Amino acid sequence: MLRLAAFCLGLFALALPATAQEDVTTFTLDNGMDVVVIEDHRAPVVVHMVWYRAGSADEPAGASGVAHFLEHLLFRGTENMEPGEFSATVSRNGGSDNAFTSYDYTAYYQRVAADRLGLMMEMEADRMVNLKLTESDVAIERDVIIEERNQRVENDPAALFREQKNAAQYLNHRYGVPIIGWRHEMEALDQAKARAFYDRYYAPNNAILIVAGDVQPDEVRALAEQHYGPIPANPDLPERARPQEPPQMSERRMVFRDARVAQPYVSRSYLAPERDSGAQEQAAALEILSEILGGGTTSVLAEKLQFERQIAVFTGAYYGGTSLDDTDFSFIVVPAPGVTLEQAEAALDETLAAFLETGVDAEQLDRIKMQMRASQIYARDNVEALANRYGRALTQGLTVEDVQAWPDILQAVTPDDVMAAARTLLDRRKSVTGYLKGEEVTQ
Amino acid sequence: MIRILWAFVLIVVALPARAEVEIQEITTPGGIDAWLVEEHSIPFTALEIRFRGGASLDAPEKQGATSLMVSLLEEGAGDLDARAFARRSEALAASFSYGISDDSVRISARFLTENRDQAVALLRDSLVRPRFDNDAIERVRAQLLSSLRSDLKDPRAIASKTFDAMVYGDHPYARPQDGTVETVTALTRDDLLAAHQGALARDRIYVGAVGDITPEQLSALLDDLFADLPETGAPLPGPAQIKLDGSTQVEPFATPQSVAIFGQPGIDRDDPDFFAAFILDHILGGGSFESRLMQEVREKRGLTYGVYSYLVDKDQAQLWQGSVASANDRVAEAVQVIREEWAKLRDNGVTEQELQDAKTYLTGAYPLRFDGNGPIANIIVAMQMEGLPIDYIATRNDQVNAVTLEQINRVASELLDPDALTFVVVGQPEGLGQAAN
Repeated sequence: MLRLAAFCLGLFALALPATAQEDVTTFTLDNGMDVVVIEDHRAPVVVHMVWYRAGSADEPAGASGVAHFLEHLLFRGTENMEPGEFSATVSRNGGSDNAFTSYDYTAYYQRVAADRLGLMMEMEADRMVNLKLTESDVAIERDVIIEERNQRVENDPAALFREQKNAAQYLNHRYGVPIIGWRHEMEALDQAKARAFYDRYYAPNNAILIVAGDVQPDEVRALAEQHYGPIPANPDLPERARPQEPPQMSERRMVFRDARVAQPYVSRSYLAPERDSGAQEQAAALEILSEILGGGTTSVLAEKLQFERQIAVFTGAYYGGTSLDDTDFSFIVVPAPGVTLEQAEAALDETLAAFLETGVDAEQLDRIKMQMRASQIYARDNVEALANRYGRALTQGLTVEDVQAWPDILQAVTPDDVMAAARTLLDRRKSVTGYLKGEEVTQ
Repeated sequence: MIRILWAFVLIVVALPARAEVEIQEITTPGGIDAWLVEEHSIPFTALEIRFRGGASLDAPEKQGATSLMVSLLEEGAGDLDARAFARRSEALAASFSYGISDDSVRISARFLTENRDQAVALLRDSLVRPRFDNDAIERVRAQLLSSLRSDLKDPRAIASKTFDAMVYGDHPYARPQDGTVETVTALTRDDLLAAHQGALARDRIYVGAVGDITPEQLSALLDDLFADLPETGAPLPGPAQIKLDGSTQVEPFATPQSVAIFGQPGIDRDDPDFFAAFILDHILGGGSFESRLMQEVREKRGLTYGVYSYLVDKDQAQLWQGSVASANDRVAEAVQVIREEWAKLRDNGVTEQELQDAKTYLTGAYPLRFDGNGPIANIIVAMQMEGLPIDYIATRNDQVNAVTLEQINRVASELLDPDALTFVVVGQPEGLGQAAN
């Protein structure tokens, strides 16, 4: 058996490079704005992004949703542009634009022909400091974000469940508050709250410019100095220290019921360490652990619960390693018909316990590493995804060097590293177990 | 030329923003036609395969057979059971994904240059020698049933299903492509074998390939891949009779936000007015913030997070559809504004500025689509299914620019039909009757 396994591995051991080959240049403007240029000259397209190191976890208490609300309001005009003119101008230049908000960042981007880069920078630099709003626009946009919450959350019991469960996972950190905001606080958002967040965080020394596509770094530097360079740094930019988690000493359990639930499931999450700059090893082990346990058809959970015992129709494991502060690692088990959530949860725990006994299958680890090496090749086909990877990392406490070291750190993870990470992670005192169920049926 | 192993047509297309997509047309010795864009800078290939047909091949009592069959292609093939197949594709770092629409079966593959032959051998087994093991059938059937049960309580899924059933009558398009709990429960292994024979046949293959592969290599690969498939598949359905009466139908469902789908008759891709309608749709609700529906429903009134319109061009039916979601106490206003915009656009047409802005956007955005091997493979396989010429990419923007104000406004008055604009609203909408029109 051993020899056969070795032979098979030899067959597939390919000469793939482990390190990233993307063409990346970085520099910083005098006002503190970081710049990342990713070259891809296959198509005359450029993605222009500005990422702010400010997301929902940076909001003041009581104003949940204001980071995302402000993101919407940035399309509602400046001292130099009419409401809607930003997107209309991008459209008239054949481009598309949008923005997104998360716990640790807010980002704005345009995809456009490479020769329109200067115009995009001019407009993005303008709305970094010149936002101008009317009360009626603010009121309409508040209705829009409430409809967005209706669409994403209120109409989806699984989303409501995740929101409640997240709130239980974090005892003190703002990661327990939904990015889009609690509804009652969204209804009270106004221009003053949005303006305060804007004045505090929107400045070149809190922003990262990422330009990816058919561009030369020198050209990007010249344009960035022209458009973003004149904006002064904000000397009052606060240090980014959010309330941290205390020791979590008590397991939390919850049941969420909603008549709209057709497929019940159980979810278990654990508080977990995130990738830290210069110290990504434990996060790399957790990343691989999530693949081993719940990364698809050949994962441990699928193997045990879907194939062998056939008590689940779906299983998965997820780890959000890129995060500024402590993050979570979660499992989901969707039971087969006739299997209760209690049985599904017991099977999850039995499988995890058995895994801690038997350890990592070497062949599985090799396949995972092979896929991770190949993903470096496939990633080069999507320059926008590469740009997002850098944006997320740089707003979440990592450096360009950390991003580029990550593939090698993943390749260096040993079975012992994985098991050590698993044993530290799987501490029920730091966990939340949630059952999503339909309405109770009267017996 | 004594032996023509393969015919080449080489077209160099210069895009407005100076992109070049060099499509080669290949006919393999085995008779498979394919389009290829060579791109050797990254050592992998994206391969897009389509079989015309899809869910509309299913008989009413077998609805979901093609969907379940396609889901099982990667669940064991040749000598490998489901887990061995998955382990093998992981070890090769190849990715295969399989899906269906009403009109096609879709296979998207990407594989590294270094182990291309092994990856293609695995893909070939999944297409030609799927096992349909009983344990795999039951496992995947349970997943499909779980998803179908969830759809029964998802307002968006309910809206689509209700709309299709109402519009398409007894045509296969009226039925959900994944079937129903009843039909999927009743499917047998023989039904899946029949669906496989009917759907994956050589008389309906379309191929787009982009990446690190030469025409010679692709030609050999395709003949190897498809050689053992049956020559002919199941007959395709005929044209659908569309029923749209202009009503607003409410499907009660307890949820805070109502979800609406609306539609009226559309236009064929081959129609000389297609590009005028395409631009008109962009101006009406084609996805940008500047569209009239977005401006009126979202930007001015805050009634929704998103409202869209889109041209639906199925093989056997054309519709002009849209969607919106608004809180139960606001959706009636959203529906009313959409109806008013529909009538306003028919009666007054668009302005010269709107036409110009739409043209600038559409022609400028077009080259941005060609930004990766996968996206380009998708585009060139879709072009073949639509019957578009190989030089279409070069002429497409000219066709957009050729639309005049007079033409687009004639098309607006002829094609837009507020009296046929039919809504299905799922939720607890206030102030919307069963037939509010």
